[in-house]
Amino acid sequence: MTAITHHTPDALLAAYAAGNLPQPFALAVAAHISLCLDCRAAHEAHLVSGGAVLEASKVEAVSEGLKSNVLDLLDAQVVEKKVYQRSGIYPGPVMEALKGKPPRWKSLGMGVRQSILSDGREGSVRLLYIPSGRAVPDHSHNGLELTLVLQGSFSDETGRFGVGDIEVADQSLEHTPIADEGAPCICLAATDAPLRFNSFVPRLLQPLFRI
Amino acid sequence: MKQQPSQISSLTTYMLSVRDDRDRTAFALLFDHFAPRLKGFIMRSGTGAGQAEEIVQEVMLTIWHKAEQFDPERAQVSAWVYQIARNRQIDVIRKENRPLPEELGEDPSAEPDASQILAVEQEAGQLKDALLKLKPDQRDIIEKAYLGELTHQEISSQTGLPLGTIKSRIRLGLEKLRYELKELR
Repeated sequence: MTAITHHTPDALLAAYAAGNLPQPFALAVAAHISLCLDCRAAHEAHLVSGGAVLEASKVEAVSEGLKSNVLDLLDAQVVEKKVYQRSGIYPGPVMEALKGKPPRWKSLGMGVRQSILSDGREGSVRLLYIPSGRAVPDHSHNGLELTLVLQGSFSDETGRFGVGDIEVADQSLEHTPIADEGAPCICLAATDAPLRFNSFVPRLLQPLFRI
Repeated sequence: MKQQPSQISSLTTYMLSVRDDRDRTAFALLFDHFAPRLKGFIMRSGTGAGQAEEIVQEVMLTIWHKAEQFDPERAQVSAWVYQIARNRQIDVIRKENRPLPEELGEDPSAEPDASQILAVEQEAGQLKDALLKLKPDQRDIIEKAYLGELTHQEISSQTGLPLGTIKSRIRLGLEKLRYELKELR
């Protein structure tokens, strides 16, 4: 694995540890932590902080009977939640969002494909497949975008993003990510704004005009 | 109950007895410690006493059933319980499953390293002391952040405040952890 150079910002890790990120971002951050030991350690540091807050919490006496209830239930059968393992380039949390199946790619034209994992009130998250030399579709023009590279790489004005790197872009960042030479770039793209398609084609044509 | 070096906290010792020996007495002691704190913690976010107790019950049962995932060399008991509690709260209140990172594959037969466990506990102890020494308004911000009441934008705008100070302490201790994790790659 090449070294990861673009990490999840600390405020996102803290909000993720506290369970307060919109679902699309939570998936992107969980997938990044699965690939990045630095961010795993930083996330665990936030859990320790959370544990300190829990320890310092005001004690509220529990009802009589709660303890014996819990002790009686220790032997009850529990339904184990299925744990999804990493499969190829897709980390466990992405496999869970895919429900264990391979992505169902839909063409966006110019060789670019997408597979929408979720699209709702909290935003959207999808997989993107971008052949080398093509532009990474813009997720939206407002809100925050997180893009985690799973295969290949892309580059833009801010640098090069390889496998495991996560790019955080808000509306103030004017950038045109282009998939690098080599294997097609596959990334997980999350946004807290609804998907917009109308701006997609003009942006896709940009690299052609540069030739 | 399992004999551990005396310096390791009783909570960690109870948790290891639950994990390795399915010790119900140790579990009951963990209940006595955590249930009232969990209830207080959950009620702070505005959850009523009744629902808070339902969540406490589920968290305690998860501690029992998922005990094999407890690794004292990486996480101190209350950090592990905190994560379970936040996950349950989100599952119950927001009716959605929170995406979780992959578990690290580790050799389950590896002997626990008491010095590493102590190092993790010491970090956590220092962190709790630091939290308690904060000015009330600063402490309030930290508590809000970890109760899930601040958005990432709000946390971001608090940089330079206590969150950073506190975290830099724990970061130092985690350098060792990172190094060891890298060895596993």
